Amino acid sequence: MANAVALLRTEALSVRFGGEVAVDHVSAAFYPGTLTAIVGPNGAGKTTFFNLISGQIRASAGEVWLKGERITRLSVPQRARRGLGRAFQLTNLFPGLSVFENVRLAVQAEARRDFRLLSLASDHHDLNARSAELLETVGLSKRASAPASALSHGDQRKLEVALLLAGQPDVFMFDEPTAGMSVDEVPPVLDLIAAIKRDREKAILLVEHKMDVIRALADRVIVLHQGRLVADGVPEAVMALAVVQEAYLGSTGSEG
Amino acid sequence: MRLLSEDRPGHWLLAALLVALLLVLAFAPFLLPGTKALAVAARILIFIVLAASYDLLLGYTGIVSFAQTTFFGLGAYGVAIALSGGGGWLALILGAAAGIAVSVGLALAMALLSLRVRAIFFSMITLALARFAQVLASEWRGLTGGEDGLTFSVPRLIAPGFHPFASPILGLRISGTVIAYYLIFAVTLVSFLVLLRIVNSPFGRVLQAIRENPFRAEALGFRTIFHRALASALAAGFAALAGAMLAMQLRYTNPDTTLSFSLMIDILLMVVIGGMGTLYGAAIGATVMVLAQYYLQPGLSLLAAAARGIPLAPALFDPERWLLWLGLIFVLVVTFFPAGIVGSLRARANAAAHPPIA
Ligand SMILES: Nc1ncnc2c1ncn2[C@@H]1O[C@H](COP(=O)(O)OP(=O)(O)OP(=O)(O)O)[C@@H](O)[C@H]1O
Ligand SMILES: [Mg+2]
Repeated sequence: MANAVALLRTEALSVRFGGEVAVDHVSAAFYPGTLTAIVGPNGAGKTTFFNLISGQIRASAGEVWLKGERITRLSVPQRARRGLGRAFQLTNLFPGLSVFENVRLAVQAEARRDFRLLSLASDHHDLNARSAELLETVGLSKRASAPASALSHGDQRKLEVALLLAGQPDVFMFDEPTAGMSVDEVPPVLDLIAAIKRDREKAILLVEHKMDVIRALADRVIVLHQGRLVADGVPEAVMALAVVQEAYLGSTGSEG
Repeated sequence: MRLLSEDRPGHWLLAALLVALLLVLAFAPFLLPGTKALAVAARILIFIVLAASYDLLLGYTGIVSFAQTTFFGLGAYGVAIALSGGGGWLALILGAAAGIAVSVGLALAMALLSLRVRAIFFSMITLALARFAQVLASEWRGLTGGEDGLTFSVPRLIAPGFHPFASPILGLRISGTVIAYYLIFAVTLVSFLVLLRIVNSPFGRVLQAIRENPFRAEALGFRTIFHRALASALAAGFAALAGAMLAMQLRYTNPDTTLSFSLMIDILLMVVIGGMGTLYGAAIGATVMVLAQYYLQPGLSLLAAAARGIPLAPALFDPERWLLWLGLIFVLVVTFFPAGIVGSLRARANAAAHPPIA
């Protein structure tokens, strides 16, 4: 794994909010075909680490490299266009638009057709077909014409995943994709993530609290604590560390 | 390629209203006697373009601008200045084109400079621009005629004194005024259909995405600054076109008719009353507002006369109080149709189809 070329790499990545260091010199590399689980207690800086990678927050220090290109100074859309895809922890959709339109927008972004002014969106049949396909994949076909705001929490999470899949990124970032889902809604989402992994070309970053999910999917686990990377290794080894067991995973079991 | 978009009104009542509006406006010279009625109909058409252009910005993209009147004024003054020096169609077209070009350029520059920082800066800059344009129009007398404005004559074909036919057609003596009306009608119809197409294009969908959730739109890879800038430019261009039509129709232009803040408020009300982000709402809102401005006062005089003898009533219906009544109508509309007339009707149709899940 280590001798493969990293798709994504962070180098002493840091950010401070006021006096507090939320992410503290985190250096990590992420490889194709590998799913890396990122764990740590609430407030450890997992989401902030994602925000630094995808550009919502600018780093105070350190660098982010994507496919060999330094992207630390690039904007959010520039990074997305270079192959970073993200599903958000807090549902982050277009609430007033239909479920279908939400996905169609993501598909359109990937197809770079955002400056077509005089053709009708409904006439872009290839995009519409791909959107319908994605809704089928996440199991939302029946809700296609409902506004996104009318979906149940679990369905909104599925839509979030559909938007991420639509972008066909090289790096997938999932921030607790199954949080708040009912028990029977979880397995299909995990299957979707497993399918991305089988592609072998993509790197997957998964923030997750649930141990069974990590055991089933992760090739590697990194642990963040107070913004610092404190452990990195194969799941069995990292989970076995006493510090991880007691301090981090025990305290956050309630989250999932 | 279909000419029309598939954007249907979405409610039978709305469809009926729009068809009625289209028919009345299409046959206004034959249906409505008198020059005032025709002037009001022309004003409705012009404000449909102006309100629709503003809806592209406010309703679809979620950008608050106070400079829509500035671009409206640029179009009007473009035509006025070009025609003040005499000249015919060429001057009219060049004047309108110059007004539109300057508006588009100005809107682009403003958007690219300020939206990069924060949407609120754009709003503040538009406010400053609107004020600056007013001062400029009043002070630069040599060019704009100051507060008095500019009065000019239009090409003969659309001048009031021009009568191409000796005998009336369908009971109407065709004049240059009628021809001007149909020119405005055609430009409005085409503009509205083009705008309807733009909001239903892939680009238009991105605008809605920006309105709904700009952060998510960026995370999908949309460089929203460019979409916002283009939306501003388009809105400015169509506003200038509306201004050019106003100047052509009135045959004069002054700061009051094109640049005032109260006009800006009117445009805002038109879009809000009609329903933001629907485009049809802009048409309905413009119609309602222009009609209220022209007929509320006479209507109140009639009411006041009829209610003579009833205590308090004549005072209440005093024509001088028309603004109070307009305010009341506005409050009622916003209370009972919070999404505007079109938005609320559509919401009713949609709620039946997609009950929300708790
Ligand atoms: N934009 C911000 N401004 C100020 N402080 C912030 C900001 N974002 C995060 N923080 C702080 O940074 C720290 C890390 O937060 P973060 O959301 O990254 O944690 P997390 O590991 O994702 O937690 P959780 O498991 O609850 O999602 C917290 O103390 C949080 O309050
Ligand atoms: Mg988090």
